[in-house]
Formats: sequence, structure tokens, C-alpha cells
Amino acid sequence: MLEIKCPHCGLRSQNEFSYGGDSNTKRPELGKEVSDKDWDNFIYLRDNPRGKHSELWHHVAGCRQWFKVLRDTSTHEIFKTAKLTEEL
Amino acid sequence: MTQEYRLDKEGFINRKKSISFKFNGKKYFGYEGDTLASALLANGVHLVGRSFKYHRPRGFIGSKEDEPNAKVQLYNGAKTEPNAVATEVELVEGLVAKSQNCWPSVSFDFGAINNFLSKFFPAGFYYKTFMWPKSFWSKIYEPIIRKAAGLGVAPLKPDPDRYEHKFEHCDILIVGSGPSGLASALSAAKNGARVILAEDKSKFGGSLLADQVTIGNKTGKEWADETVEQLKSMPNVIVKNRSQVFGYYDHNMMVMFERTKDHIQSPSKYTPRQKLWYIRAKEVVISTGSIERPLIFGNNDRPGILLAAAAKEYIKKYGVLVGKKPIIFTNNDSAYDTAIEFKKNGIDPLIVDVRNVSESTVVKEAKDLGITIKFSHAVANTEGQLRISSALVGKLNNDKSGYENLESIPCDCLCISGNWTPTVHLSSQSGNKLKFDEMISAFIPNKSRQNETTIGSANGSFTLKKSLKDGFDKGFEVSNKLTKKNIKIDPPISNEKSYGNYEKFWCMPLPKNKEYKRCVDFQNDVYVSDIELAIREGFRSIEHVKRYTTLGMATDQGKTSNLNGLQLVSNIENKIVPEVGHTTFRPPYTAVTIGTIVGREVGKHYRPTRKSPMHLWHEKNNAVFVDAGLWLRPRYYKQGNETLQQAAKREGANVRKNVGVCDVTSLGKIDIKGPDSAEFLNRVYTNAWMKLPVGKARYGVMLREDGIVFDDGTTTRISENHFHMTTTTAQAVNVLAHLEYYLQVVWPELDVNVLSTTEQWAGAAVAGPKSRNLLKKLFPETDVSNEGFPFMGFKEENLFGIPARVFRISFSGELAYEINVESDHGIFMWKKIIELGKNMNIQPYGTEALSTLRIEMGHVAGSEIDGRTIPSDLSLEGMLSKKKDFIGKRSLNREAFLNINREKIVGVIPVDKKTMIPEGSHLVKDKNAALPNPKLGHISASCWSVEYNNPFSLAILKEGKKRIGEKLYAMSPLKNKSIEVEIVSSHYVDPKGERVRS
Repeated sequence: MLEIKCPHCGLRSQNEFSYGGDSNTKRPELGKEVSDKDWDNFIYLRDNPRGKHSELWHHVAGCRQWFKVLRDTSTHEIFKTAKLTEEL
Repeated sequence: MTQEYRLDKEGFINRKKSISFKFNGKKYFGYEGDTLASALLANGVHLVGRSFKYHRPRGFIGSKEDEPNAKVQLYNGAKTEPNAVATEVELVEGLVAKSQNCWPSVSFDFGAINNFLSKFFPAGFYYKTFMWPKSFWSKIYEPIIRKAAGLGVAPLKPDPDRYEHKFEHCDILIVGSGPSGLASALSAAKNGARVILAEDKSKFGGSLLADQVTIGNKTGKEWADETVEQLKSMPNVIVKNRSQVFGYYDHNMMVMFERTKDHIQSPSKYTPRQKLWYIRAKEVVISTGSIERPLIFGNNDRPGILLAAAAKEYIKKYGVLVGKKPIIFTNNDSAYDTAIEFKKNGIDPLIVDVRNVSESTVVKEAKDLGITIKFSHAVANTEGQLRISSALVGKLNNDKSGYENLESIPCDCLCISGNWTPTVHLSSQSGNKLKFDEMISAFIPNKSRQNETTIGSANGSFTLKKSLKDGFDKGFEVSNKLTKKNIKIDPPISNEKSYGNYEKFWCMPLPKNKEYKRCVDFQNDVYVSDIELAIREGFRSIEHVKRYTTLGMATDQGKTSNLNGLQLVSNIENKIVPEVGHTTFRPPYTAVTIGTIVGREVGKHYRPTRKSPMHLWHEKNNAVFVDAGLWLRPRYYKQGNETLQQAAKREGANVRKNVGVCDVTSLGKIDIKGPDSAEFLNRVYTNAWMKLPVGKARYGVMLREDGIVFDDGTTTRISENHFHMTTTTAQAVNVLAHLEYYLQVVWPELDVNVLSTTEQWAGAAVAGPKSRNLLKKLFPETDVSNEGFPFMGFKEENLFGIPARVFRISFSGELAYEINVESDHGIFMWKKIIELGKNMNIQPYGTEALSTLRIEMGHVAGSEIDGRTIPSDLSLEGMLSKKKDFIGKRSLNREAFLNINREKIVGVIPVDKKTMIPEGSHLVKDKNAALPNPKLGHISASCWSVEYNNPFSLAILKEGKKRIGEKLYAMSPLKNKSIEVEIVSSHYVDPKGERVRS
């Protein structure tokens, strides 16, 4: 079980959190024309790197804030966590 | 009561306290402090089981958790436990144990015929033999194999014991209380760290309990006892015995189980049997010691053949001789201690040593005691039916490929030592890539990946002096990283014997023209010939050899066998061991009962139960409950001998005719506030929200970004910037997370806050043509006319002094209202509704009637919003705004979603108007078509229509409404039914929706 530092609450066990995928995914702007390909990429395509991955986590059983985590996908090492408004 | 093999002195047992127990139906006696194993050996019992595959007689090999053979079944009935390790079971009065894997008895086992047929059962036998004919597999081969396989028998009754879970944090967790573990615990604790010291045995001290050493001016045991007392007195230290740390998980999450009950003579009723500890340690010190390896020679698996260190432990810890005519067979010096202990207790051992010579002090001591030593000799084979009776000993020739002469030497036990394997399981589990140490021919930890460090013999340091020094040093070093107190204590002076090198010769050659079985993995019955066969057949990776031969795959996970197996593969392949590599060490280190893992989460405590404030009323009024997520909801209120269907019909009909009340507390409720709330809803829902007036509710559908319908519900504008959203019971949690995601991550510029208020409000739906009259009575001051309180209206009201929110919304399709009050007033509201509705024939209705009403109205619910349907599949295309963008809108233009042949919602009635159509049935054109019969759709929900008094179902059908009027078949192979059906509109009752507006 991972130990994750919520930037608002501090170190907590993984079972308080839920995972939210790649933090670099940008939703296309509302009302803007989006090509099939770009939309498809947004909905379905994600990088699956071995190593460092910046991702979103949600402190569901805590402050209910979403935040960013830089984690190694093969070792589970967590290098840094940050609020959404901060850079990782 | 005599215990023939018990010594008058030695051991940490209480000879004044005799304990009786039963093994295989026979009564024996042992002493307080014994294990089941030591008590049996004191009575001369070596034969304890039969091997897994060939049913060969087997006895004890080890004295601790490494024991591969002595797996026994404890007790009977609900309390029975299979595969208990006899060396780990502490003796208590009345203990009952029996051997496993044998019939009719351990001394005469019918399955032993496999041993004589063993030529026909080599490695991979099952893979090769039972391939053909295919039809034999499930009816003939599998049942026979299942019967023959396995060790103990699982209990058939619920576990009567209770188990606990515990969470703990510490600076340093130290695993193992041998010399290095105790030293590091003392050193770290003195330096101010919060320490947990975990020892899996009942007594602390590890090797200090059996070795003849001194520390300071005390014996090893005295030093250990004193150190433990000192640690126990410190407030920053938790000291635990009978506690096995069995798993090392990510971020230093350590899992340990503590045995809290089985060793107690008369435990109190509520004593938990075991405790599972989750320990988050900033640092972990692994001092788990090492395990002796067996030597490999002909018939090396007979009862009476044990590890030399185990034989010594039985003498030193339990005062038990494992035999009176011992042969010690070794390739290193440590086994000489065992010979010396025998000699000191008046027994003459013979030492057979494969080495040409050794001149360490321990060998000299043995010589001085007059012990006979045969250097350059080896045991080639053994004899004895149910226990070893003689060993075939020969002088090894110069290149050690054979024997120069062989003689049979009588013995009653053979104590073997093939050097020591560090117990690296935990550090390997932590992600440490092990390295091979040539000096000891074993793997030791290398670079730590997590905050762990391994010391003592687990790290390949086999001298006391080094273990103590490492313990004190590492204890200080690791604690100082955390406490920075710089309090360092020096290790005490220690004395021990000196030991020489071992010889890397451990697999004895077979005498000419002999094919004795040489066992590598005792528990899984893997022999040298099996490994040779696997390699001949082309298996190269050690992971493949392991799976083909099952080497190391038994419940002991190859504690005694893995390294010998690896060395064998490397010898045959002419590779060095590190090239062969090792198989993966996985938790748990020792077997853990399922009960311990489950803890208190059994039965209704498996997950939390959510109840509405009106729950007790429902109970008193004969409600039959159903699980709705975590909620318990009334399914129906039983009257007399009613069936579910009869009750649902009665309750539903009463709603259509009079008025009913339904507990809707479990619906998800989300409070939405902020100046951008309307804009936010406009993006989340598919329809328009900007112009919703204050005091009005609106039905909304939300999609996922991929266009699939996510949830639906009504949302009400309480004031300009304040909305009350409802969700389905099932999706309440997910909808909240969804909203939070968009507000925090995607559109942080929106000034909106969301909060779950599900549990703050108790809800009652009042539905039926008489509901307006009832509302009038509940709120006499209020204008409840159709004009004064129109469909989708909302009012903040006063229910006899209690603030209430009243919504004119309907799920049943009837004229209906939903009343919310603060949870604490829920029961007051409910009772008032029942009381005032009495002369209108009000009846409560449950989820079954609720479903019936919504199905015949064609309202979609979870069975249609099933994660595969888009709005147009559910006839919700009218809900899609063309003027604005919303979550998931862009996806609706995808080719697959525009396909006119998509499966869409329709209604279905059986042509005979009598037969209920099972949910999940497939709709097909031709009921006699060849399988697989092409599927046109499926039945999503079925009910008995109270309006028309015949069955009605909703279905998701290819081409949807275009098929209205067609006749198809609903096939349910599960229920063995095929029913002729007619496709109708999904809006079976009140298709124009006039009633809700009446």
C-alpha cells in the first residue's frame, strides 16, 4: 500500500485515495471544433510510461481535493506531490 | 507418562507441568513449553506424514518455520485447521492433531503404491498424461486428481474464532530477535527512536537460545532475556513475540500476524485468535536469521533424517534427543556443535564429513571429546521402512564422483547440514535485487530500494561478534537519521567458538548402478531426477523449471529446497548460480489463516450498512429488505403469506389507485452553491439550465466524456445561486467525484462548491392520485392546487413546525411529491404521512413496487443505464441541447453512435399475456435457429404490470422502435425458457405523461 502526501492533509495511506490518470491530459475547450482524431486521442489514448508519470489522485476519504503526483510506475516511488495550482 | 527421549536437564520447558495431547488418536504427554514437534520427538515419534505425490513416509526435518514435512490437521469440526506446522504449534492441554495426506493411517498408507509406481509419475506427468481423450478430463481425470491432491482438509463450518486488525506506525521495525535484532533494537531505542521489535517464536533470542556463547559476562540466553526486559520497560518500544512479519509491501508497509490465543490454556471468551498488524515503518531492520540446507543423497527423506541445527535445538530448547544412535553428516563445521551436544548428554555420535580435513576449534573440541569423525566420507543411501535404521557410508574417491568402499552403519537418526541460507524473503519482497555470495553459496541482500537494511546471518554474517557489531551500528545509524540524538552505545564483548569454511559439495553421487531417489523439495516431492528431466526436456529458465517440477511451490515455499534446486540446475547447465538466478519470493513468508486476513469484516460487517432514519419503522412493519449498494431498503412490506410478486402488485396497485409512500432517503443528494452554479450544471447536464427559475426542478441526464449515459436525476433551483441535485442511489459517490473533478481540474475558473448532503435529508415520495389530498393535510396552509404547485415545482414548507422541502416530482409516473426533512425528523415525517394518509388508504411501498411502476412507465434506471447506452438508445434524444456544448456531446457524433441499427429501448409483452419474461433473456427472431442464435437484444427489466395485469418488460433491441408490432422470441437458456413476445412502446402506461401533470 502506497503512502501518499496529500498537499493539503499530509502523509496518508493509499486507501484514502483514488487514482485519476495522467495529469497532463487537457480537455478540449467547450464549444470549440475538435477533429475526430483529436477527440479520440483525448478520450482513449494515454501514454503508458515505465518510469516517471505525472498523475492525478483524489483524496476521496479525506479533504476531497484532486492533486498531482509524480510517481515511478515500476517502483512506485513517489518523488513529489503538488496542488493543482502548483508545478510538479 | 515416560518420555523415552526426554533428557533430565536442558531446555526451557517446565518439567513440573505435564500436558496431555492426542496425535493420530493416541494419547501422549509433553511438558509446558513444548511444541507439538518436540513433544512427539520426546515420545520417539518421527513418522508424522506422507509425501505429497508418492506418499513416502516422512518425519520432522526442521525445528521451526522451515519444516516442510510435519504439516498436521489440528482439532475437529469448526475449529479444525489444516496444514498447521507441528514445529510451530505450541503444546496446550487437550491438543488434537493428526497426519494428513494418508489413508487409512500414516503407518499404512494405501497411496504409497504411488511410490512403487513412481517411474510412471515423473515431473510433468499430469501435463502429459491427462490430455486425451478430452472428454475424460472433467468427468474422470479431474475428480481423481482432486481427490489425490492437497494436504489438509478445510473446515466446513464457519470459523468460531474472532480476529482483529491493528494499524501502527513506528520509526523502526526490527524483524527477528536474534543477537543482531536485539542489538539493533537496543541501540535504536536508546537513541530515542520509536521501535517495534517483532519475534515470531514464543521466546526471544533466536540462535542465542541454542548456541554456547557469552555476551558480556552472561550466557547468550541471559543477555537476551535481560535485553528484552530492558526494551519492554522503555516507553518508546513495542516488543512482540509470537508475531510473524510476513509481508513487505510498498512504502514500507509491513504486515504482521500475532498469535494471541492458541497457546493459552484457558483463554477468555473474547480473546481474539490472531491479530493482523499493518505497520508503516520509516525504517525496517531485517534480522531474520538463516535456515540450514539439507544435503542430498539416496533416500534422504526418511523419518529420522533431520537438519543438524534442528537436532541441536531440540536438545537445547526442549531437552529432547532426536535419537540415541546418531550419525552427523555435514560439509561444514556448524554440525559439530550438534555432535558435541549429543556427546555431552551421554550419546555417542558418528560424524561423517565430506571434507578432507577441518581444523577449527569446534572440530578440535569434538575430537577432544572422543567423537569419531570420518573425513572424506559421505552417506550414499539410507535404509529403514518407517524410520531410518542404517546409513550406507562410503569413502569418496578423489574427484568425489563415487565411493571407494561402502559400509552399512546402523543408526536411529541422521543429522545433516549443507550450510546456511540467509532468510532474504523480506528484503527481496521489498524490491532488493539480491546478490550471490560465493563464500556461502547463497543469495544475500544487495542494494536497498526501500528504507530497509538487513543484518546478522540474514545478511550472511555468521559470527556472533559481527552480528552484534552490525546490530549496534545499524541500530544507531538508522535511528540517528530520524532522531539525530547521537546517543551511541558500544557492543559488549562476546565469546564464541571459531568455525572453519564449508565445502561446496552437497549433492552426493549415486553408487554405481544404483538409482536411489534423492529428494530436493521434501514437501512437493521433487527429486534430483525430476530436475534433470526438466532440463533434458528443454526447460531453461529457473521459473519454468520451478513450475514444471513444482520445486519450491509448496506451502513452505522451498525454504529448505530452493537453493539446492538452483545449485543443481547450475551444475547440470554448467552455469554459475547467479546466471541461473532465483525465483521470486512472495508474501506471505509463512502461511496466514484466511480468518486473520479477513479480520472483523465477516458477515454483516463485511462492509458498512447504511440505514435510513425510518429503518426501525420499516422493520416493525414487516419490511423485507434488499441491498441497494450499501443501503438497506425495504423491498416490500409483507402481509400474511404474500409472495414478493403478490406484495409488489398490491403496493403498486395502491399507488395507481390511492396513494403510497416510499422511503427515498438513499437517493444521492448534492448541494451546489456559487455564482457559476447554473453555468456548471449547463456543462454537466445534456439539457439547458441557465433559465431554470428559482423554485423549479428539472430532470437532467449526464454523460461521460465518451458519450455513454452516466446518471440521471432531478435538480432544483433553491435560490439564484443554490441548487439541490439528486442522483441515483448507486451513482451518488461517483457523481460527486465527477463534479469535483470538473470543478477542480478542468474548470477551476468556475466559482462553485459541491457537497454531499445525502445523509442530511430524509426523503419520502408520496405518489398516487390521492397524493394531493394528503399534501393538503400535511401542509394545510399551502396552496397545493395544480396551478399553485405545478409539476416540477418546489416549495420550502413547514411540516407541523419542522422545515421541509417539497418537490413535485415523480418516478412512478403518478401525481407525486417528494418531501425532504432533516434526517433527525425523518421518522416524525414518515409517521405523520402514514397517520394523515390513513383514510386515503395509504400503504408504504418498497423497491419492488417502485420498479414495477417505473418499468411500466418506461422510465429508465440502472438496468438500462448500464454503461453501454447513449441518450438516443434510451429515447432521451429530446434531452440533448443543440444550442450548447456539454460533457460527452462531441462523442455523440462518432460513427458507431450514429448507426441507426443500434440497440434501443422498447417495451415487450408475452403473446400469451401470462408468462413472466426472465430478465437477461435474449431476443431472437427464430427460436429454433442453430446456436449461437443471432441476438437482436436483451430484456433489461421485467415486471407484472399493475395497470394491465399482465407481464411487461423493457428491452434494449436492435433498431428499437422500428420493430414495434413485431413478434420475436425471448430465450433464457438459464431458465430453459423460450417465450413468444410482441414488441410494444416502452411507455406502456400513460404514454403522454398526463398523470404527473394532473
